[in-house]
Amino acid sequence: MTDIGSLKVKTGLAEMLKGGVIMDVTTPEQAIIAEEAGACAVMALERVPSDIRAEGGVARMADPTIIQSIMAVVSIPVMAKARIGHFIEAQILEALGADYIDESEVLTPADDSYHINKHDFKVPFVCGCRNLGEALRRIGEGAAMIRTKGEPGTGNVVEAVRHMRTVMSEIRALTLMPKEELMSAAKDMGAPYDLVLYIAEHGKLPVVNFAAGGIATPADAALMMHLGCDGIFVGSGIFKSGDPKARAKAIVLATTHFKDAKILAEISKDLGQPMSGIEISTLTDSQRMQERGW
Amino acid sequence: MKKRVGVLALQGAFREHRQVLEHLGCDVIEVRKTNDLEEIQGLIIPGGESTTIGKLLQIDEMGEKIKELGTQDLPIFGTCAGMILLSKTIINSDQYRLSLMDTVVERNAFGRQVASFETDLLVPAMGPNPLRAVFIRAPYIREVAPNVGILAEYDGKSVFARQGNLLASAFHPELTPDLRVHQYFLNMIDEL
Repeated sequence: MTDIGSLKVKTGLAEMLKGGVIMDVTTPEQAIIAEEAGACAVMALERVPSDIRAEGGVARMADPTIIQSIMAVVSIPVMAKARIGHFIEAQILEALGADYIDESEVLTPADDSYHINKHDFKVPFVCGCRNLGEALRRIGEGAAMIRTKGEPGTGNVVEAVRHMRTVMSEIRALTLMPKEELMSAAKDMGAPYDLVLYIAEHGKLPVVNFAAGGIATPADAALMMHLGCDGIFVGSGIFKSGDPKARAKAIVLATTHFKDAKILAEISKDLGQPMSGIEISTLTDSQRMQERGW
Repeated sequence: MKKRVGVLALQGAFREHRQVLEHLGCDVIEVRKTNDLEEIQGLIIPGGESTTIGKLLQIDEMGEKIKELGTQDLPIFGTCAGMILLSKTIINSDQYRLSLMDTVVERNAFGRQVASFETDLLVPAMGPNPLRAVFIRAPYIREVAPNVGILAEYDGKSVFARQGNLLASAFHPELTPDLRVHQYFLNMIDEL
């Protein structure tokens, strides 16, 4: 029996992306630079997060023409972002043939109560989380891949670190709990009970978990890999820096060789200016993208 | 004695191969640098992105070393991206490859991710029971030289092949609990 769009097939692509770097791109030219640098996939979007912050307004799905022109120039998977809850944007992206959809808090949410029912789609979804409960709710809705939310467009890795550490330590805590405590844990974290049982038994998420939001240097990428993620998303960190080509390549190398400080020292040299960045304490609550999603 | 098998760990699903090999009683070396290739009895090139792995293989001429070992009869098994990297010819692409197998491979030959599928695949060399095969943005082998044996076809397309010490599959045996393909590869190490 042949089965298209099964969970195995959806999660399988994320498994193949592991140990790799997925780069935000807004034009075919940037997509080519990303593929040349060794990106394992690109994320097509209208504006990178730091420009969304700077320009304000409503951030939406990219123009299909942009997405198709990026799909035409690279052979690696092309992902695209849909607004939280905007299942029509997601249907459009699926119809265009996007390889993965990011239901993303970087875009202006379309629904402030409900996420997309991702089980309805053949295309796989990646969703953001700040803690284990949020990760398991997204997986319960059908997400085939998870990423930390971090604080996109700031060039400040502190929130991605916080979210990755939170998810990993909550996973470790569940593995130590006696079974009779797991229902209360599920209730406290607002997570589906069957997925809580899975974590307690396996000590890991049932899907791939990447780091995202604020990664700006090879050292940032290696740090996130050390904290237990499976790979890296980089957005503004590359194309808002002084030398995108060199930085993109260095972040790819750092993700592979994250355990080797000598290699990291070598590849961190002469990369030009990183993106200037924003101190997160200067952001108001409404400017914090990580608060979007529920 | 335990077999010492390398899994290329530059990018992709190397952990899954590692787990299967350990389950089958091997010592597994994650290969990230050229000197990790010393003293291995076989090498698996995992699924992942063939362009990414190809770029990382060019650093310190690691790819050239693998090529040399492959021509000296080291058993090498490539899955999906690994199959692409083993091939001499890749349709419409000048990307880096190891050029070890006399095959012509077409990338993304079944379409984009929405066309990815799993199916029951008949592989006579693995016995009468079909294998559950997971194809993800999979390539296929369009042409082969006479010295290449086809182990399985899907929909008239060659998806599993062996040439002496080299084995290549378009699908991902590391994503299913069936151990037969890895066992077949370990038997190749004994034969050679």
